[in-house]
Amino acid sequence: MQQASERRPVIEVRGLKKQYKLGQIGGGTLTHDLQSWWARVRGKEDPNTVIGTDARLFGQTFMALNGVDLTVYQGEALGIIGRNGAGKSTLLKLLSRITAPTEGEIRLRGRIASMLEVGTGFNHEMTGRENIYMNGAILGMTKAEVDAKLSQIIEFSECGDFIDTPVKRYSSGMFVKLAFAVAAHLDSEIMVMDEVLAVGDMKFQQKCLGKMSDVAGQEGRTVLYVSHNMSTIRQLCTRCVVLDKGRVLYDGDVEQAIALYMETTDVNVVHYDLADVNRMTLRSGDRLRVETLDFVGKESSIFADNEPIRVRFTWRVSQSFSGVNMKLYLHFNDSSLLGITHPVDLGPAEPGRLYTTEFTFDAHMLGEGRYYFYLDIFDGAMGQAICLDKPATEFAFEITNSDLSISQWEAEWGHIYFPPVKLEGTKAELPV
Amino acid sequence: MADRNRTPAPGGEWTTVIRPRTGWFDIDLRELWRYRDLVGMFVKRNFTVLYKQTILGPAWILLNPLITTVLFNLVFSGVAGLSTDGTPSFLFYMAGNTVWTFFASCINNTANTFVANSQVFGKVYFPRLTVPVSQVLTGLINFFIRLAMFALFWVWFAAAGAPLRLTAWASALPLVVLEVMPLGLGVGISVSTLTTKYRDLAIAVSFGVQLWMYVSPVVYPLSTLSESPRLRALMALNPMTAPIEVFRLATLGSGTASVGGLLYSLAFTLAALAVGVILFSRIEKTFMDTV
Repeated sequence: MQQASERRPVIEVRGLKKQYKLGQIGGGTLTHDLQSWWARVRGKEDPNTVIGTDARLFGQTFMALNGVDLTVYQGEALGIIGRNGAGKSTLLKLLSRITAPTEGEIRLRGRIASMLEVGTGFNHEMTGRENIYMNGAILGMTKAEVDAKLSQIIEFSECGDFIDTPVKRYSSGMFVKLAFAVAAHLDSEIMVMDEVLAVGDMKFQQKCLGKMSDVAGQEGRTVLYVSHNMSTIRQLCTRCVVLDKGRVLYDGDVEQAIALYMETTDVNVVHYDLADVNRMTLRSGDRLRVETLDFVGKESSIFADNEPIRVRFTWRVSQSFSGVNMKLYLHFNDSSLLGITHPVDLGPAEPGRLYTTEFTFDAHMLGEGRYYFYLDIFDGAMGQAICLDKPATEFAFEITNSDLSISQWEAEWGHIYFPPVKLEGTKAELPV
Repeated sequence: MADRNRTPAPGGEWTTVIRPRTGWFDIDLRELWRYRDLVGMFVKRNFTVLYKQTILGPAWILLNPLITTVLFNLVFSGVAGLSTDGTPSFLFYMAGNTVWTFFASCINNTANTFVANSQVFGKVYFPRLTVPVSQVLTGLINFFIRLAMFALFWVWFAAAGAPLRLTAWASALPLVVLEVMPLGLGVGISVSTLTTKYRDLAIAVSFGVQLWMYVSPVVYPLSTLSESPRLRALMALNPMTAPIEVFRLATLGSGTASVGGLLYSLAFTLAALAVGVILFSRIEKTFMDTV
């Protein structure tokens, strides 16, 4: 730890709070009436009676950030980790001035370049070169500043041959590369990144991480990095903050932060109320809403590896569907995705009923450890797969070993227990 | 958001302080000026994107008012037989149309600022006003192009011996231009803040602008209402009456304009702009929570 006098704080967050209103957003009754009236005129259903927002919840508030204090020093690469809904994205949004805090204050020294999404502000009709200027300007650079960095940006992006082609003809990989190149070459003192490296190939991802390390270490700029990928956090960050329920749970050493993060999965919860929790994707939860989920017949969600995991969830729809499908996203405790389950058709659904679905999941192939899954309900009619609801809640469970032939599941064995290979035979021959 | 920090911190002053939304007027105009390159690029983009992959390309800037003028000429002068104050009806309609199209584009292109840009606004910060400002600047450039076309037709008609004369009101033309733009901007951004709550308003806007045209002296001269003082008084309340009449009086030599009317219109413009900017500044920091 350096001496405090040498370290120059560049971000100071004090008592930061952000409150969101639940349910439909609107002003007084007149505005509601107007909206409902409009909806009737257009023959749509009343937007003020969206499912899941029953009268009790209407107007209730929810603290996405509930008193965050944080000081970041120049040249640091700070990782921010936490479960979904912990407040990471809200914190980054407040830092990059996309929305204003409800209470508290943020002080910054220098410009912030934020990359909360890849290629924001890119216009598909314009060429790569035009977009570089455009993006630079959006991020606060003048034309002269972009001019000075142009060759570096093009070189880093590896898109040199296509730089005068409209970006709509770019592959998604090229798109990411160009977008990242612009952000990384800005003359901003602070760089904010949210999961942007999840896209793009491994090689480029490593190049980006290297560049970001340089940015922080050598150029003396400050990097704030949010990711679910613990290995990139380990690689890049010099310090790490764990957010939980809108507060700072831990601030300090990266390894300890990750260890703590892994512990935040709670296996003592067997009942979840989902009507008013966040959703993973835009619009999901509007037409179909999952209301509760239970691990059936359990005191805790700890399962033996030969014990089927029995789950029951309830849901409603606001319009009829001919084929509602579900699948599970299975994650290990450190957020790495293990895989998804094969989709299952739940059949048609009509509004005005409460549906209860029960399923079992066979976890015998999982090694000892803690896991969680996301529930994804989608419209499978006519070969499409449109997400209807995906609550941002992680349904955590723990698998313990019941197979006495293996004494203890070792961490280095991974997470999946594959069936034994099928022997095609072993031949013994004498050396010729 | 300028530096309002008073306690000196180690390592120099803070450059930005982010606080809960406070006050009525919370827009940093110096910051807007720092982002002028971005405004320029938005203007360029507005042109590029609009005319890429179209057959006639930028010719639309001229075709649009030309077709409208011909249509007005046919319908209002030819069929309905409305007076054009003794001026060539073609020029009369083109004059009204040139000013009105400018105004209408200022409103229509800024009224959807928040909704149309919510994707970008939700992911990156830059002064939000750069977007509507770039839109009215785009409108201004289009206006100058159309003005040049109007000038060409003017010269043509004058050479053919039409009774045209430039009057002393021509010196007020820059004022008219400078007024129509902020008026459209003020109305447009006021509407844009409301569309964050009521999306449907965006649909109502273009319709409302069309209705507004018919209560403005675009397809008829103010002088036709001389027998009805009540209607005329009503027309005088419309802030667009003065700019259009002044434009015609200046370029065609016929029109009903007064200094008082122009001053009223200017005062209205300043009020509309002030209301627009105040509403805009109130909504721009938290609108992402409501969209």
